[in-house]
Order: sequence, then structure tokens, then C-alpha cells
Amino acid sequence: MSLGPHADFIVAAYAVTLFVVAALIGWVVLDYLAQRRILGDFEGRGMTRRSQRKVRQ
Amino acid sequence: MMPMIDLANPTRFLAIVNRILPWLILATVILFAIGLFRAINAPDDYQQGATVKIMFLHVPAAWLGMFGWALMSFAALGTLIWRHPLADVAGKAAAPIGAAFTFICLVTGSLWGRPTWGTYWVWDARLTSMLVLLLLYFGVLALYWTAEEPSRGARAAAILSLVGAINLPIIKFSVDWWNTLHQPASVFRMGGSTIDRTILTPLLIMTLAFTLLFITLHLAAMRNEILRRRVRSMRLIQAQELHA
Repeated sequence: MSLGPHADFIVAAYAVTLFVVAALIGWVVLDYLAQRRILGDFEGRGMTRRSQRKVRQ
Repeated sequence: MMPMIDLANPTRFLAIVNRILPWLILATVILFAIGLFRAINAPDDYQQGATVKIMFLHVPAAWLGMFGWALMSFAALGTLIWRHPLADVAGKAAAPIGAAFTFICLVTGSLWGRPTWGTYWVWDARLTSMLVLLLLYFGVLALYWTAEEPSRGARAAAILSLVGAINLPIIKFSVDWWNTLHQPASVFRMGGSTIDRTILTPLLIMTLAFTLLFITLHLAAMRNEILRRRVRSMRLIQAQELHA
């Protein structure tokens, strides 16, 4: 496959898109892990939300 | 069939998202594999040569930049009128994703413009209105991220989302209303697409793949936002217990 005389522009467009999409995926995954870890710490200390307490009562 | 009202319950919503996310990820990966294979093997354009391959990124990104704002405007109605518990979550989760796709649209457009138009940028109606969309996204993100009280930030962001929606028809019809360097609509237009099927098919597959990616990221970001709000309420409870 030949990208012709403007190959640099095509490669740059795909590279930028890949970088931004990878950053979005990384942000979503790392944020999820961080929130789960903090909630896990709270639950490990026996803390629950009010709505959970009502369910347990 | 599950009633729509069940989706208003964040716990139920989380259960549904956890169930469908793996399937959405799988479908997105498969569609990207097919779309990229078809895009790589698509023929060159008779005028633009191989630079037409940038279109497979630029057009889906433009569509999703606008789709993201439309989604935020719809969510804004839910926040301001119905006070739906997930509406603000949906709006806040869509903002960074929509901004990212608008950014991709502008950068790939510039990289496509240089070899085809001879310039990276012109202040014409289509390019300028798309840049305004990116600035509006930054405004909404600033409102969400800087508000001390989240509900106040959500209301301000919802109002800006509704006001900013006026920019969507301006972007869409800018190439018809004004004399611009940007080409007129060529995919969805009266009288059918002007693009040859050998290029149109990979473009539609890539658009579908990027749309599925947007939906997957949006649902995952909504899940994160719900968890973040739970963390916030736990911290408030902890603070109250410490003061009691």
C-alpha cells in the first residue's frame, strides 16, 4: 500500500486520533479503578451509604 | 420488557451497564477491525489521492463532536425540567468525550486541508463554527470542574448546553448558507451520496465503529460519575460523623 507524496499527513492524522482515543480509554479505565478503590476503602472501614443502611434494616 | 423508569435508578442503571459493556466493547473492536481493513484497502480518490483516507477519521469525528453536544442538550432538558437523576450524569460524562472528538475533527481536518487546499486553516464558516463548538465544550467542562456545589455547576452547564445547541444547525448548514472552502454535504444529502461505494462503505463502517466507541465510553464514564457521587456522599457522611 502506497500513501503517496502526502503520507506524512495521513500518518499524522491516524497517530493523533490513536493518541486521543487511547487517552480517553485510559482516563475512563483509571477513573473507574480509582473510584472502586476509594469505595472499597470506605466499605472496608464498615461505612455504607444511607440507602444501603435502609435496605439492610 | 423493563420499564424505562427503572433506568432512573442509578443502582439498576449500573447493573445494566455492567452487563452490556463487555458486549459493546467486543462489537466496537470487531467493527474497527473490519472498518480499518476496508479503509486501508479503499482505492485512492482520483483528485485527492491517498489523503482521502483521512476522511475515515475526520467525518466520524465531526459527526460525534456534534452528536455529543446534541446528547448534552437532551440531557440538559432532563436536568432542568424533569430533574432526572441520571440526566446530569449523562451530560457531564458526554462533555470530555465530545470535546475529544471535536478536537480530532479539527486536527485531522487541518492535516487533510494542507495537501488538498494548500493551507492548514481558514476562517471560513464551517471551520470556525466547529472551533466554536470546541470552545463551548471547554466552557461546559470548566463549569463542571470548577463549581464548588455540583448541582449549581450542573444547572449552569445545562443552560450553556441548551444555548450552545444553536451552533449545531449553523455547523450543519454553514456550507450551504455561506461561501466556504469546505466542501458541501456529500454523505447524507438530497439525491443520495456523491461518494463512490468503494469509499462510502468503509466510511459508514468506520462511522458506526466510532459511534459504538462513543457509546461505550459514555456508558463507562457515566458509571464512573455515579461511583464518584457515591464517594462524595460517603465523605459527607464521614465528615458528619466526625463532627457529631
